[in-house]
Parts: sequence; structure tokens; C-alpha cells
Amino acid sequence: MVALDDVTFTLDAGQTLAVFGPNGAGKTTLLKVLAGLIRPDAGRATVAGGRGAIGWIGHQSHLYGHLTVRENLLFWAALYRVPAATRARRADAVMRRLGIAEHAERAVCALSRGLAQRAAIARALIHEPRVLLLDEPFTGLDLAAAAGFRTLLAQLRGAGRVVVLATHNVDEGVELATDVAFQRRGRFVHFAPRGGRGPAQIADEYRRALGAGGG
Amino acid sequence: MGDWLSQAWTVARKDLLLEFRTRTAIVSALVFTALVLTVFNFGRDPTAVPTIDLAPTILWVTFTFAAMLAMNRAFQLELENDALEGLLASPLSRTSLYWGKLLANLVFVAVVEVVGLPLFVLFFDVPVAPVLGPLIAVIALATVGFVAVGTLFSALVIRTRFAELLLVVLLLPFLLPPLIGAVQVTARLLGGRPLSESAGWLRLLAAYDIAFVTLATLLFPFTVEE
Repeated sequence: MVALDDVTFTLDAGQTLAVFGPNGAGKTTLLKVLAGLIRPDAGRATVAGGRGAIGWIGHQSHLYGHLTVRENLLFWAALYRVPAATRARRADAVMRRLGIAEHAERAVCALSRGLAQRAAIARALIHEPRVLLLDEPFTGLDLAAAAGFRTLLAQLRGAGRVVVLATHNVDEGVELATDVAFQRRGRFVHFAPRGGRGPAQIADEYRRALGAGGG
Repeated sequence: MGDWLSQAWTVARKDLLLEFRTRTAIVSALVFTALVLTVFNFGRDPTAVPTIDLAPTILWVTFTFAAMLAMNRAFQLELENDALEGLLASPLSRTSLYWGKLLANLVFVAVVEVVGLPLFVLFFDVPVAPVLGPLIAVIALATVGFVAVGTLFSALVIRTRFAELLLVVLLLPFLLPPLIGAVQVTARLLGGRPLSESAGWLRLLAAYDIAFVTLATLLFPFTVEE
């Protein structure tokens, strides 16, 4: 089975690509190839700056339940070679930004799902990545936290970060996107700048694009 | 050189901190060690076989199975919230990941051995004091070899069903050479023979360490690639 086929794109600083597709379309595979977690049989994926430049949010938080939020962030900061002198300051800043500073000394296993997801986002941002790969990042966030995260992503885009966001929900992330792709059976059936299109129009085009090919 | 070792230590320190927090594996391994030594102590007939003949085998069988508990735990830690995926997506080299796990496992097994050796002396009343230095050296030499192989295999089986059982089945054949060597040298030491008499076995243990630490380091990246 081919999980990813004939997908070609380039993104520059400040661009946000939203990839929409149904379950099993190959969105996660695409992100894993970009993150270097899966080596493709053919073709190549290059991210400027390599693994150290990528912030990855997958389906799981990648956090250790019996470490505190702060300990987790300091551990991941060390792995991403954040200088030792700035790790604590960086961890404090990113926790404040995501509204979890008061939970810094709590074990991750004691956090609610929403707080754990915010801690996972903090983990992905601890090394100030130039490229963010987000796989269903809004899962588990309440409305306020999701709105805060959207604002944060908009700020990151404004600061020149590249974001690739994969989701099956067209209502999530459309307003953040500079470019939109619809993925089905491993292929991009639509890839274009968002332009002036709003969520309703994109949702309509998405339904027609996927419906035309039989899902 | 320094960077990969420092990254390895970061991983090892995290593993040890997690173990310190939960204490599940270390307590299990220590209880297991005490129980096995107790069972052997009461299950043998000292009038049939002299203690000194049985003791080295009992010591190494105990250490081997207690170490397996440590090695099982090494990558299970990374399954929680799929932390392994995060490690593989990070700039951490596969070599640093392997060495981090190896270092943490060595510390873990060393703690079990530090507690197990006095218990062994207590139960079997063997003359360890005169040969304590060489005995510790032999324990260290054998431990490095089987922990190196065990760490590799624990990564190999971690995503399989029945990983704990599979690890034992795969690992035991590879542990035979260091196990035989360690038993032979320990028997000679406890029997009051000079260390020079065990030179061949010591060379075997050293060669096993060098060969399998190198091989495991080279092969480890293939065990974690998707």
C-alpha cells in the first residue's frame, strides 16, 4: 500500500500549510516523513536546519508522566541543545505563554488532557523551532486554549516560522493557513494559496474535492 | 565525542530520575534477588554438594535474571505517551540514545549487584573478603557485556507483543559466553585460586565486551527505524 504518492511542495519562512484529509489519507505519514521519522522509499524531504529546527506535535504528548512539566521541558531543551544557561528561562517563558506556569511543578500524569496538550505544545516550542509540524494539534484543547493556541501560531507565523498543520477538521486552522492542501489516499488532490477564501468556502471545496474521487 | 556522550548522559539521567520517582523496577529487582537467593539457600542440600561449588552459579543466575528486569524496563519507559517518537524526531543521535540507555541500565544493575552480593555472602557464607577486588572487577566485566546486548534486544522487542518473554528467549543464548566465563572465574576466585589461572576466561569476557558494545552501538539505529 502506498501511503504517500506524488506529493511535492516547498514552503518559505512565514508560510503555513494546512493539510486537510479524512482519516487514513496519509497526513500523519506526510508529517513523519518531514520530521525524519519515516524514510520514504522514493523521493526526499528536506527541512532547512534539520531535526534541530523542527518542533513536532504528534498524536501523543511525548512527555514523561512521572516528571514534572518543568523537568520535561528542561530534558527536551537539553536534547535540542538549548544552551544550559538559558534553559530555565526558556522553559518559564514558554509555560507562561501557554498558561501553564502554575502547573510547572506538577507531574504530567496529574494533569488534565487539555493541560497535558498545552505542555506538549510547550515541549515542541522549547527550542524555538523554525519549522512546526502539527498533527491534529487542537485535540484535547478547550475553546479558550484552542483560541490562545491559534493566536500563538499566528504570532509564530508573523515571526517567520514555517508551519505545516494536518487535521481532518476543516474548521480548525483554516484562518491560520497561507496555503491549503486536500489529501486523499496519499495524494494532494488540491494544493493552492488560501487567498481570500474563508472557512465555509474551503469546507465546500474540500467536500467536493474528496467527494469527486470517492473519499 | 563530548556532545554525544553529554546527550547520552542526559537520557541516562532522565531514566534514573524516572526510576527514582517510581521505584517499581528497582524494588522488583531487589525483591527478586533476595527471593532467588533465599530459595536457593533453602533448596540445596549442603551435605550433597559443597556450597563453594554451587555458589558461583547461583550468584550469576540471580544477577542475570535480575538484570533482565532492568533491561525490560529500559524502553518501556519510552512507550508512555510515545516518548520514543519524540526522541527519534529530536536531534539526539541513535548512538547517544543507545549509550544513554546502556548507562542507565548499568547503574540499575550495579545497584542490584551492590545489594545482592552482601546477601549472597550472608546466605552462603563464602569467603568473599580476600578476593573482593578481583570479584568486583569480574562482576563489572561480565555485567558490561550482557547489559550491552540486553539493551540492544530490549529496543528490538519493545514494539512486539509479549516483549518481556521475547527478550528472555532472544537474550539468553547470547548471555551464555559471559555467563560461563563469569561463573568459571568466580568459582576459581572463591576457591582461592590465583587470578592468573583465569586469564583465558578474563580475556573472553573482555573480548565479548568490546565486540558486543561495538556491535550493539552499530546495530542499534536499525532497531528503532520505522
